[in-house]
Amino acid sequence: MKILVCIKQVPDMESRFKPNSEGTWYDETDLAFRMNEYDEYAVEQAVQLKEQLGGEPEITVLSIGPDRVGEAIKKALAMGGDRGVHIQDSRYYQKDPWQIAATIASYAREQRFDLIFTGMQSQDRGSAQVGVTLAELLGFACATTLVGFAYDSGAITVKRELEGGSKGVARLNLPAVVTCQMGLNIPRYPTLPNIMKAKKKEFRTVPVTELLQEAAVTTTEKMYPPAKKGAGLILEGETADLSDRLLAILKERTAVFR
Amino acid sequence: MKALLICEHREGKLLQSSYELQAFAGLLGVESAMVLIGSEAEVPEFNGKVYLADAGKYGEYNPDLHKRLVLEAVARENPDYIIFLHSSYGWDLAPRVAAALKAGQISEIVALVDGKFEVTCCNAKLRRSVAAKSARTVLTIQAGAFGVAGEPRGNPQLERLEIEETAGRVEFMGYEAAEPKDVDLTRAEVIVSAGRGIGKKDNVPVIAALARALGGELGASRPVVDAGWVTQSHQVGSTGQTVSPKLYVACGISGAIQHLAGMKKADFIVAINKDKDAPISEIADVLVVADVMQFVPAFTEHVRRQ
Repeated sequence: MKILVCIKQVPDMESRFKPNSEGTWYDETDLAFRMNEYDEYAVEQAVQLKEQLGGEPEITVLSIGPDRVGEAIKKALAMGGDRGVHIQDSRYYQKDPWQIAATIASYAREQRFDLIFTGMQSQDRGSAQVGVTLAELLGFACATTLVGFAYDSGAITVKRELEGGSKGVARLNLPAVVTCQMGLNIPRYPTLPNIMKAKKKEFRTVPVTELLQEAAVTTTEKMYPPAKKGAGLILEGETADLSDRLLAILKERTAVFR
Repeated sequence: MKALLICEHREGKLLQSSYELQAFAGLLGVESAMVLIGSEAEVPEFNGKVYLADAGKYGEYNPDLHKRLVLEAVARENPDYIIFLHSSYGWDLAPRVAAALKAGQISEIVALVDGKFEVTCCNAKLRRSVAAKSARTVLTIQAGAFGVAGEPRGNPQLERLEIEETAGRVEFMGYEAAEPKDVDLTRAEVIVSAGRGIGKKDNVPVIAALARALGGELGASRPVVDAGWVTQSHQVGSTGQTVSPKLYVACGISGAIQHLAGMKKADFIVAINKDKDAPISEIADVLVVADVMQFVPAFTEHVRRQ
């Protein structure tokens, strides 16, 4: 079995964000990058499947972006991926989801993967499109928002998360693309020996221009901070003083102490 | 300009969120028709065409067939926009339709600003204005972002939607009900919720102690539940419980849209967070800028002395 896991590297969402000088993406200066959280569930599920099948499947980990994304790929290899593919694109943020999916499809078509895992969305752009579009371009079956996954002889049974806490259960034959949601599994931390081993694993780089033929179908015209509603009161200072002030506000504005 | 609005139908019922599509189309100022893969007993109130396909025949979740059906309606209606809710149904189906039409898709629209589509980015800390370059455009709108005014009323003109195929590659097996809740947060007057910012499971009792001191219940955000720190019964948000207490205290919760959807109707919201830019600050009545694990124990003592 050949498995592909598509991952993205995104900034830590706790960061402060500001638009870049072009005003069409965020300024990357001073941001710390990590693997997109939803993609960590994708890597973990792929590695669990490999373990279930006695190590037979080969897991390729793919990411698109500038040089820094190599770190995210190496983390996925340390978690249990076998080989890394870095599609180099320093202007990745100017590509729309259609182009990202087309780039991956163009790589994946030759490789004949049986199963593709990815996150349900990225934490930065959050379009939730790339996985499904990739499946359509490859003609694969696809299910999104997985919180349950089981493989048995060529077919998978998935649980999709629905609104209100219920789940939808579905079966798909391979080849398939699945997109992973929080709660699917608990991603492992790479161990030191596995981090060392990952450094020796196959790692290829491919320029995006070799793969991408498609033009964008959407464009970001502008990126900007949201207008502050500014309705709320902001309390800052020493703990004891903050406690006094918050208590006074709750007494005045709520019925909790009456 | 014309729009095709794709309704949602689940477990035999038309989902009320389908009316948000009408509200959005109204703002967009377009003529619209609706598509429902559901049942004749549950058609939307609407003055216009409703393309109706039978869920008994095509399934409630069968993405391949639903894509074919929507494309059939597109061929008959020739819309400029095809609009879905950004929901487990919509985000699953919309890109399939977009790919087949090679149409640009704009996901999870939260506002229309001067005729442009606005979406959020980076945990709602930034916004993007997005435009499509294609002949048709697929849109998904954020659940709850476009409110429905009043009771929907109308007399739909039904148009039958049929396709040849009756099998897809994804076989739907059925629904699994949400786990029964051992805590009913919907009746709580005070809820104190723990988010990822509390740092570790061992800190949950500190938050629970404040909930007790205020005579309330413990709530939690999704990551805390998924990490196994708190049971799912306590989860507040779109996949947990939707609450409207007199007081909601969010401890170390950044305020993902799914969480906000479950608690924004609280009468009074206090957020305790060291990140002033966290999206929860947008809806909080009071934001206490502090380290949760330093502030909460001290504040709990203060409350107890009352």
